[in-house]
Amino acid sequence: MQWETVIGLEVHVQLATKSKIFSGASTAFGAAPNTQACAIDLAMPGTLPVVNEQAYRYATMFGLAIDAEIGKRSFFERKNYFYPDLPKGYQTTQLESPIVGAGHVDIALADGRTKRVRIHHAHLEEDAGKSLHEDYHGMSGIDLNRAGTPLIEIVSEPDMRTAEEAVAFAKKLHSIVTSLGICDGDMSQGSMRFDVNISVRPLGEEKLGTRTETKNLNSFRFMEDAIKLEVERQIDLIEDGGTVTQETRLYNGERKESRSMRSKEEANDYRYFPCPDLLPVDIDDDYIEAVRASLPELPDARHARFKDTYQLSDYDASQLSEDLHTALYFEATVAAAKDAKLSANWIMGELAARLNAAELTLNASPVSAQQLGGMIGRIKDGTISSKQAKEVFDAMWAGEGDADTIIEQRGLKQVSDTGALEAMADEIIAASPKQVENYKNADADKRPKMLGYFVGQIMKASKGQANPQAINDILLKKLNALL
Amino acid sequence: MAVDRSDIVKLGELARLQISEETIDEVTRRLGDVLALVDQLQAADTDAVSPMAHPMDAVQRLRADEVTEPNQRDTFQAIAPATEDGLYLVPKVID
Repeated sequence: MQWETVIGLEVHVQLATKSKIFSGASTAFGAAPNTQACAIDLAMPGTLPVVNEQAYRYATMFGLAIDAEIGKRSFFERKNYFYPDLPKGYQTTQLESPIVGAGHVDIALADGRTKRVRIHHAHLEEDAGKSLHEDYHGMSGIDLNRAGTPLIEIVSEPDMRTAEEAVAFAKKLHSIVTSLGICDGDMSQGSMRFDVNISVRPLGEEKLGTRTETKNLNSFRFMEDAIKLEVERQIDLIEDGGTVTQETRLYNGERKESRSMRSKEEANDYRYFPCPDLLPVDIDDDYIEAVRASLPELPDARHARFKDTYQLSDYDASQLSEDLHTALYFEATVAAAKDAKLSANWIMGELAARLNAAELTLNASPVSAQQLGGMIGRIKDGTISSKQAKEVFDAMWAGEGDADTIIEQRGLKQVSDTGALEAMADEIIAASPKQVENYKNADADKRPKMLGYFVGQIMKASKGQANPQAINDILLKKLNALL
Repeated sequence: MAVDRSDIVKLGELARLQISEETIDEVTRRLGDVLALVDQLQAADTDAVSPMAHPMDAVQRLRADEVTEPNQRDTFQAIAPATEDGLYLVPKVID
């Protein structure tokens, strides 16, 4: 039987505020345990939450970016459950009237088509603390620094049909929130986490199958692997005569396996009710329009601009515009290099390969955009050849300074001086009567290929420092004069 | 809406409240009375009324995004039953 997969995502995005959503404690990552957990975060009696305006602004920015209706009156509910990293015994979240209503995001598919994924809504809520299950004498350690960090939870409609579509959607969301500057996008620190709802149904069937939820995926690769694994598990189960149980599953990316989280099944009764500690939040059209006016460039607009301004191919433009840091790096490189295509090639080629091999992100690149741009500028003006550029790049990577310094120190300037090159060309022509005779007797269309011998000789004589384009021109002129 | 013993047992579990066997019937009856009152209220026609989010006719003031809370870990942890390496220690709970 042919099966169709149906996927919906719930995405938790940590907002890049300085302080928490309901308290003035810091949200900085990596502090010593519980040094950023204040009386409100700890749920001490007598404390009252006060909402962080920046969290509202960021959520509104996201809503406008996905073309959603903004909730002019939103309020908070309590989602009740017991877990040690949730000191209040409830999570303050939004259910009935979230800040962001229905919207949509367009994703590019592998075959070049665009697909629209609907967003059901996005709401504001607080993050929980962290439980550490290393052995503390048979007990668990609780760090509440993360408790109260503002999140938006983005809930998609079940519009995706393959793992690849789900990953494209997740990447697009990542691109949007980092471009907006509302999230640092660092998935290794949990800044974005994905819960994936998956079901399968016979192709053509309209009724949805029973779904499972795989929680807390924190990399695109794990997400893709986890979806493929779960789809296979469900299909095998049904084809063997079994049925899928609605449950929450945990995926282990290292072992590539998933298991059921049994204990939460029966406790899935959160008894939501409006939070009496918080009043409704009203925002007006002026506020919304002011936020709209402050929106930075979004990924789709940037993609179109890169194609238009820099004459990049659709593929190059999407590679360079998707991630904000890459886009900024590219534009800074072009500003220094004055050549968009060469800049694109170096960033997506040599630089990407080196960063990948060293497991570095672009932000940690040893070669700055200005340095790379400066080097490309020297290729463009003929000072160095592409081959010499590789050597310059290696030296910049090793921290030897900018391109001009390295070119000077290593004597890497290619010889473009016409007088010197002409003298070399004369010498080679005089020393190679046989090759000259062959060249003269060859068909006109074969001659360009035969030029290679002479170019090679001059490169050898100049120890690789002659400008190949200049040699070509000079040799052509001189050899054709002999015809 | 009527409640029976099993509802009360489940609610007790969800709220982490221990309801002793001999009081279950009493709690069931009293909670049932409260719900009967709610049933009465539900007879009112509220189609044109939007649900009230809060009894006070006021809106939430928002605060500026500033870090105003200093580290008071030692003070807070002085009353915790068990701590280590700056962590609060609790009985092990794993999903």
